[in-house]
Amino acid sequence: MSILGTRVLRTEDPKFLTTGGVYTEDVVDERLDGACHVFFVRSPLAHARITRVDVSAALEAPGVVAVYTGADLADLEPIPPSAAGLINTEMQQRLLATDKTRFVGEPVAAVVTEHPYQGEDAVELVEVDYDPLPAALGFDPSDESLLFEAAGTNVAGYWGDASSLNPELFDGCEVVVKHTIINQRVAPAPMETRAAAAVWGEDGRLTAWIPNQGAQGTKSQLAKQLGVDEELVRVITPDVGGAFGAKFGADPEHVVVAWVARHLGRPVRWTETRYENLIAMTHGRAQQHTVTIGGGRDGNVQAYRLEIVQDAGAYPKIGAVLPMLTILMTTGPYDIPRAEAVAKVVITNTTPIGAYRGAGRPEATAALERAIDLFAAEISADPADVRRKNLLAPFTEPHRTAFGALYDTGDYVAALDKALDAAGYADLRKEQARRRASGDIRQLGIGVASYVEITGMGDGEDTPPQENATVEVHPDGTATILTGTSPHGQGHATAWAMIASEELGIPVEKITLKWGDTDLIPEGGGTGGSRSLQQGGAAVQQAAQELLEVARLRAAAELEANAADLVFDKTRSAFNVAGDPEASVPLTQLAENERLLIRTVFSQPGATFPFGTHVAVVEVDTETGKTSLQRVITVDDAGTVLNPLLAEGQRHGGIGQGAAQAFLEEVVYDDAGNPLTASLADYPFVSATEVPSFELADMATPTTYNPLGAKGIGEAGSIGSTPAVQNAVVDAVAHLGVRHIDMPVTSRRVWQALQAVQPGSEQ
Amino acid sequence: MTHIEVTVNGERRSDEVESRLLLVHYLREILGLRAANVGCDTTSCGACTVLLDGKSVKSCTVLAVQASGHEVTTAEGLSAGGELHPVQAAFRQHHGLQCGFCTPGMVMAAVGLLSENPHPTETQVREGLEGNLCRCTGYHNIVRAVLAAADAEQVQANGSAPANAEVTA
Repeated sequence: MSILGTRVLRTEDPKFLTTGGVYTEDVVDERLDGACHVFFVRSPLAHARITRVDVSAALEAPGVVAVYTGADLADLEPIPPSAAGLINTEMQQRLLATDKTRFVGEPVAAVVTEHPYQGEDAVELVEVDYDPLPAALGFDPSDESLLFEAAGTNVAGYWGDASSLNPELFDGCEVVVKHTIINQRVAPAPMETRAAAAVWGEDGRLTAWIPNQGAQGTKSQLAKQLGVDEELVRVITPDVGGAFGAKFGADPEHVVVAWVARHLGRPVRWTETRYENLIAMTHGRAQQHTVTIGGGRDGNVQAYRLEIVQDAGAYPKIGAVLPMLTILMTTGPYDIPRAEAVAKVVITNTTPIGAYRGAGRPEATAALERAIDLFAAEISADPADVRRKNLLAPFTEPHRTAFGALYDTGDYVAALDKALDAAGYADLRKEQARRRASGDIRQLGIGVASYVEITGMGDGEDTPPQENATVEVHPDGTATILTGTSPHGQGHATAWAMIASEELGIPVEKITLKWGDTDLIPEGGGTGGSRSLQQGGAAVQQAAQELLEVARLRAAAELEANAADLVFDKTRSAFNVAGDPEASVPLTQLAENERLLIRTVFSQPGATFPFGTHVAVVEVDTETGKTSLQRVITVDDAGTVLNPLLAEGQRHGGIGQGAAQAFLEEVVYDDAGNPLTASLADYPFVSATEVPSFELADMATPTTYNPLGAKGIGEAGSIGSTPAVQNAVVDAVAHLGVRHIDMPVTSRRVWQALQAVQPGSEQ
Repeated sequence: MTHIEVTVNGERRSDEVESRLLLVHYLREILGLRAANVGCDTTSCGACTVLLDGKSVKSCTVLAVQASGHEVTTAEGLSAGGELHPVQAAFRQHHGLQCGFCTPGMVMAAVGLLSENPHPTETQVREGLEGNLCRCTGYHNIVRAVLAAADAEQVQANGSAPANAEVTA
């Protein structure tokens, strides 16, 4: 029986459950003996000119080794904005702020001490004089307070040309609905905050331990910002305590830590506090959507327009690129004859925006799924029916959308119907009708969201997505896999071992996975964008198969037989002559004769497009607005499933985070740009009491793009659940006249929306 | 510096510590027991949860000097003899962990919860673990694992299989 598709328990777990993972802060290495500790002085103001920095008092404090300011790092190049060419190139970030600070939390100085507690004390002694400036905030930041005077604007750039929007797009539509929707700023907040440990060897090379999602990319960025050759940088990835898109590359603090280690000639460590994490690690989302949707009263959607404003925060990083992905997925799973989308990227005096689980695609789905519900409400149609009427018909040959996305395989109506069945949709509607008729104060809301998303993207169609893997069989019967992916909770050690085991007949527990050390694995795309199994896993399968072909030739020589006459017996992990089990040679013996190792690169024709439908059920107390999430039922079709245990875990996590965005989480600033959610006591990080157990229904439409048939599953949960939960809350009070409530749909917002539609209300 | 004597995972320890030293830093930096993690600075996340005299506490909010004269159990001490504790085994069986950062604290909180309430309902498990945050699992499999561990202990107690042994996703 094949091991593929079975619920293999994680080989990673015993360590995590007993001695715990070895995260960056836990790393014990003799090269780090005697390390000193970095603490950052961070701007307390959203926007200010720095007029003086006095480090003398801090230098006198116990245990202080050094204090560095921006002036000390003047030789290092600033960080350029993402998407050069589209984004204003004046908008660069110094590693430590020099003339100005542009968000609360921006690093201004670095204090180095012998002991961590001394650093906490000493940062308070660095005196910085600030001349406060008005903060530019929101989706329409005034140009009166420019973040970058040389840029002359707070608009970083555009995706698409708003002046080319078709004024006749909605001609002929019986019904047109337009609404502006906020996809609020949220904090990725992985349980492990950012950290680093760095030391320069006598050979002039840097070794840096950094929690990351792709050591190779982190190495490149570190080398570039330090101004050294990539050959001089080695990144080692310890266990990583969650990332969710926010641990790609190298942040300014990582570069400063590496620079300090070189400057002092000593090993250096840094672990940020949660307070720092919530104000200085990139945030996610932060888009404003103006949706216009038009169609017939029969429920056919004929036209859709999405106008995006992306708040990129103080510096245009990955956030500036997110609208490109949002635009790519504008029409999602629907067949909409006319559609267009444009985006404007603005900068504000807030924490920079980066990738967060889904990165641009959840935003597209959230906008579209609210638009569909707004349209359905306008024509008094069942939102599930409107979806069914407009979903693309099933296809097995790739489908090209008007926005250039090439969907590989899909059966969206089947996913919708399966989810509705699993939810008991008709009965839910009956119960809702009963409560509405009786005026129950606890109203039932049912939200539906269909989605398709893009996973495993390459760098455009000319450079197809790819990943490398190395498989080696050892004489003792064990095997080692090297992968260019970078697990941080996904379970690659188990999953990649399953794939190799299936090919080689070596038990999973005898297979070791290595990743994230750039000296060992110089190339790799890391883990993000739900790419790992479809490319990294497929590469492992390809390497194992190529290894068997090499082994077959060697076995033929060993057995003095024709290679074509040999069969591979997985139960013994050995080749034997067909029909003669006695004439056999095991892989272990071949490995003893000569190293048995293959490195290969797997290429995929393009990205894959998993899809599904989520149904959420909520109860809303119409007197208080109190909302409780009762059920989430999902169909997430990500192609063939390798290990249902792991795939379900990815779905659960995504659903939890997506639901949290819908009704709980938001990063909030006051009018002066002060963060009001800078601790886990203030940021409403979802807890176990706020979500139910999730109900998963299975569906698997394989992709033809890789032999595993797998699409990505890492982000799907967070893409479907957000609009499903939001739609459910609005649905609960729709009969009272509410059409839309922005996320997070908190009890207060629901209550306010209900007040606004009360008869006699002034709003 | 203050002299403390603490029994950690059954072993008597005595040290001179700074009086402001947090118990979590004593465990991690002085004793080298790094399973408990620091995930926040407001006693919100529970990644540092350990047992103090059998009750779960957040070791970031206990001073090392307060633990003097008491018994501390960490995740390292649960799995004596190389066998996973039933709660640890259930977390593995039900995929109740992904990145692992919250896991030692979550397991200790679950052990503490089950010692106070050996047969909790799902709601009681969720309420009992409210002070322990996880960003990976959506809590689904953590709750499954704790309920299963409670059932497993029931099996040990009365020798019969629990009615809801079949776990569905």
